[in-house]
Amino acid sequence: MGRYVLRRLAQAIGVLWAAYTIVFVVLNLLPGDPVSAMAGAGADSGTIDPAVIARIKHQYGFDRPLLVQYGEYLGRAVRGDLGTSISTGRPVTSVLGQALPQTLELTGAALLLAVVFGGGVALLATYTSWRWLRQLLLSLPALGVSVPTFWVGLMLVEVFSFKARIFPAFGNDGLRGLVLPAVTLAIPTGAVIAQVLAKSLLSALSEPYVETARAKGAGRVRIHLRHALRNASLPALTVIGVWTAQLVANSVVVETVFARNGLGRVTQSAVTVQDLPLVQGVVIFGSLVFVGANLLVDLAYPLLDPRIVVASARQVRFA
Amino acid sequence: MTRVTDGPVEGVAAEFAGEAALGAVLTAEPPDRADRTEVPAGTGRRLLRFFVRRPGLVLSIVIVLVVVIAAFWPGLFTGQDPLATSPGQTFRGPSGAHWFGTDEVGRDVFSRVVHGAQLSLKATLIAVVLAFVVGGVLGLVAGFVGRWVEDVLMRVVDVLLSIPALFLSLALVTALGYGTTKVAIAVGIASVAGFARVMRSEVLRVRQAVFVEAARGAGVRWYGILWRHVLPNAIGPVLVLATLDFGTAILAVSSLSFLGYGAPPPAPEWGTLISEGRNYLANAWWLTTLPGVTIAATVLATNRIARALDGEWAKQR
Repeated sequence: MGRYVLRRLAQAIGVLWAAYTIVFVVLNLLPGDPVSAMAGAGADSGTIDPAVIARIKHQYGFDRPLLVQYGEYLGRAVRGDLGTSISTGRPVTSVLGQALPQTLELTGAALLLAVVFGGGVALLATYTSWRWLRQLLLSLPALGVSVPTFWVGLMLVEVFSFKARIFPAFGNDGLRGLVLPAVTLAIPTGAVIAQVLAKSLLSALSEPYVETARAKGAGRVRIHLRHALRNASLPALTVIGVWTAQLVANSVVVETVFARNGLGRVTQSAVTVQDLPLVQGVVIFGSLVFVGANLLVDLAYPLLDPRIVVASARQVRFA
Repeated sequence: MTRVTDGPVEGVAAEFAGEAALGAVLTAEPPDRADRTEVPAGTGRRLLRFFVRRPGLVLSIVIVLVVVIAAFWPGLFTGQDPLATSPGQTFRGPSGAHWFGTDEVGRDVFSRVVHGAQLSLKATLIAVVLAFVVGGVLGLVAGFVGRWVEDVLMRVVDVLLSIPALFLSLALVTALGYGTTKVAIAVGIASVAGFARVMRSEVLRVRQAVFVEAARGAGVRWYGILWRHVLPNAIGPVLVLATLDFGTAILAVSSLSFLGYGAPPPAPEWGTLISEGRNYLANAWWLTTLPGVTIAATVLATNRIARALDGEWAKQR
């Protein structure tokens, strides 16, 4: 088990480094000139003083060779320093740190909703013997992955804030303000969880061990929850690992819809003013969430299915 | 498509975990046993029966055709100018004269949605083709060359997958700038990784096939093997993925243009339309609702078609 954990940890660090590199390349090698955008902020373009540009370039180190910049930034990033945001002049980590609690609250609530409702739909759809209910429940996920997130948010606002006046339409205030954004954010993820879990539940239910359990006289609920669900939950767990990072990314859109403060607001303004260090920080954070969530999922696998550690250990030995 | 669908088309769904293809297997009508035992009818009759049993699929094809026609010949659907304002006719609800109502300066929303199809479809097409070509070539090279080339390419693909798609697109938009084409490129590059994976696994499968070995034994050069034997047999699942990615790309492009990185107003891109209508949500529901329904219907339709290509049609044969 210790070996399994170490191997996963090393992989995670490698992926993070590579993601950092890719983002650095994307932001620095592609055409696009943040400095003149920065110098021209407020002023009419075309009349920017070259001296100002040179000064800004020097201040942020953009005038040095890229490889040198890369080495230095990477060295700092390892120590937890992601540079200075151009638009706010504050350290990127502090900008992110300030925005993070609201976003984590939102994504956490959304993840919970997605798991509960996505899992519920899958369980009910595979449990029920009413054909029409099954068809209805199974067609929900296809709908859920096809509607634009931002549009769903606006529709919810229209119905529940303007018509019914149950929830506030905008802002960060309290639990009531969290309901609509969290539901909006949860829909695509919940739909995917429902799809994957329903599929693996159906295949688990046709396994011989289910037949055995039935022959031994286990009840339907018990077979469903204890025998099928545990075996069927691995693919769903994988999906949750992958989609946690997507949730954080999609919160950019949802926070814009509901005018909430958080990582989304920060990201949107950073992209708008081409604040490269801040954009880079946000993307790296997204990658960190992805790697972290997958690491957790990888570590949870052996608890659900002890065979995985054995297989992984064998793989190492023979590789 | 005839031969390639014999392969493990399910692989696409597995690779693309989380996308609609997975729902495919679930919501698909149960395969009809009676079909198989019957005397084989003509291809035309079978085709007809295939579609008659699936009204949703027929509707999906119709929707996609309508959107494509609207993109190329918007004049067929509406005679009204999408940019013409009429101060006397602001905020009219949907009616016979204005199917989708009018906006804050009296522009006809239906005509804006129809003309917007061109922008949105163009962006989607660029994104999908870019992802298909770049991802396809990466996967082809990785699968065909093998060794360290495969290792390096696939590691890069894995890392690309570790960056959430929307964040990667946003980073690309930051570097490239705004506009429909740039947004499309950003969305396309963000979905390269999926294509590379599917292409590679298909190439690996086909490379083992007996007919490839036979061709090699007969002295066919490597590019001949690649072009004539491997590629045609490996590309099917990648094409299915492309249809699936179409829906994903429509959503991604409209999200980015909703955030304000697409075509500048007054261009009637779909995401921009919703973003503009958002300010009048309380008094003019049609400004956001109806363009959104259009997007959702288009995405649903392309996902349904992808599902048909992925499983049902192959099963029917």
